[in-house]
Amino acid sequence: MALAAMFMMVPSPFGAVDYRAGAPMILLTLFALGILCVDLFLPASRKQYSAAPALLGLFAAGLATHEIQRVLPANGDALRGFFGIILVDPLAVYFFYLFLVGAALSILISVKYLEIERENHGEFYALLLACVVGMMCMAAGNDLVMLFIGLELMALSSYILVGFLRGNKRSNEAALKYLLLGAFSSAILAYGLSLFYGVSGTTNLAVLCDALTQRMEANPHDPIVLLAMLGVLAGMLFKIAAVPFHMWAPDVYEGAPTSVTGFMSVSVKAAGWAMMLRVLLFGLAPLRALYVPTLVFVALATLLVGNLAAITQHNLKRLLAYSSISHVGYMLLGLVASDGVTSRTGIKGILFYLLAYTFMNLGAFTVLTSLRRRNIAGDDIEDIAGLMQKAPMEAICMLIFLLSLAGIPPFAGFYGKYFIFLSLIETGHYALATVAVLFSVVGLYYYLRIANAMFVRTPATSEPVTVAAGVNLALIFSAAATIVIGLLPNIFIRAVDWSVSVLGPSVAQLR
Amino acid sequence: MLDALTHIGTLHYLLVAAILFLIGMIGVITRRNVMIIFMCIELMLSAVNLNLLAFSRLWGLHGQVFALFIAADAAAEAAVGLGILIAFFRNRTTVNVDEVDLLKW
Repeated sequence: MALAAMFMMVPSPFGAVDYRAGAPMILLTLFALGILCVDLFLPASRKQYSAAPALLGLFAAGLATHEIQRVLPANGDALRGFFGIILVDPLAVYFFYLFLVGAALSILISVKYLEIERENHGEFYALLLACVVGMMCMAAGNDLVMLFIGLELMALSSYILVGFLRGNKRSNEAALKYLLLGAFSSAILAYGLSLFYGVSGTTNLAVLCDALTQRMEANPHDPIVLLAMLGVLAGMLFKIAAVPFHMWAPDVYEGAPTSVTGFMSVSVKAAGWAMMLRVLLFGLAPLRALYVPTLVFVALATLLVGNLAAITQHNLKRLLAYSSISHVGYMLLGLVASDGVTSRTGIKGILFYLLAYTFMNLGAFTVLTSLRRRNIAGDDIEDIAGLMQKAPMEAICMLIFLLSLAGIPPFAGFYGKYFIFLSLIETGHYALATVAVLFSVVGLYYYLRIANAMFVRTPATSEPVTVAAGVNLALIFSAAATIVIGLLPNIFIRAVDWSVSVLGPSVAQLR
Repeated sequence: MLDALTHIGTLHYLLVAAILFLIGMIGVITRRNVMIIFMCIELMLSAVNLNLLAFSRLWGLHGQVFALFIAADAAAEAAVGLGILIAFFRNRTTVNVDEVDLLKW
């Protein structure tokens, strides 16, 4: 009692602004915990009902994000909360929406899939929401501790989601590999962060930026700063699956439940990018001359390995894993071209790419999810053969996603690549632009190989493809978004412009 | 010279942390038993904590708070890791990483 009275007397250091800035994360956390409680009272055959509160939670978080977006202009385009450890600016708001849409589509395609796999548990949806909370902390983190904890919350939830099919050997193995490599890379990242704390005495990104500026003026090749930067880069490149830290991606994407693979390839990757942009453009901006050569090497290696390895794949999930590695290569080139201050086109390209990628790649995985039937794994190229005869609408949607992934206009994927290439040309990286264009031709080959199987070949089995209502909804939504973004890019370009408006001169202003 | 050996300063802690981190890293790369790999990862995280605590002698409390968070994170990681390892062991009856070979190329 005395203890409780003591806590009552201490005034809370947090006010309305803190809670408003943190509202999306707080709401999602409450919904995740609520789902765990509700799940206890659901009978075993009704566990899929947990999907409804999960979707409701994502919608509530969307409203909270919209509320933040509404009050942002009156607050100098940045809401800070909890002693400045979270900074919700247009960039963070953009990523919030991206994560919420990705998670909602993943939930829609998960319900039927988990039922077929006989692993229908409410925890799945709670973990998915926890994962989104982690991602939001990564996008809005303005403090090394917050960024690291967000990353780990996302990573730990996704390890469990990958191994969710407990009786499935491939799912077990994927989870174990992801966990070992993921924990290893987080340890390296943490070591890098501890060194940054050591050289600057702060965990705040803006203060870190100032301290590094001074340190780089004193000694431009400071070995400790270099070591710290390499550690942090390695940890973040692992999360977005860039070569040489990509080895886990094909294995994990193949072994994980298909709906989780879809979620990981779009939202987890987008979160990795959110943290990359936060750390590299805000905190480590003074080290740009040091990290750009590394990024050029990584981007070229990623394009080479991703595109060439995808050619030989027979497993569709593995093929899409390598294709997602190659997409990271293009996005890295955008970061090479633009520093966010003198040139913003590349960053704009990355954000637009992630938006298009969320719909087109999740759409492709939606089609793969519907191929899973009682006795058919549905992830081999043989399983998609003759899809046009069995389910014409699915086949046509898949074709749209594949053409968009290859970067063919008028679909969404084209504009992502367009802005990246434009930024490379604007900043005089002609050789890199040429290489990137050539690699996108290679990409066309393996995407069209899937299209060839769908439209030209005959079905391997006579088992029909039945599409559940949730999957259908996700499919139509993704296909519509891919087409609308491609046909009316102006609305989305304006959104991206708004979210990159925090970069450049205003980065200094934010301090 | 004698003073550098007898007086324990921040640098000594950092050296120990660096050595600990390297031992952990080499362990992760060379060992074949998943349990030992987990232990090596914990060793790496301990090195990070030692680093943070040593630096907080210079800079104040922030480092110690960070270290607390990393300790909590290491515990969560161990819990999830053991859970996944048990699920894996039930299906495959091995904890050797050389036999984790269903998924490749």
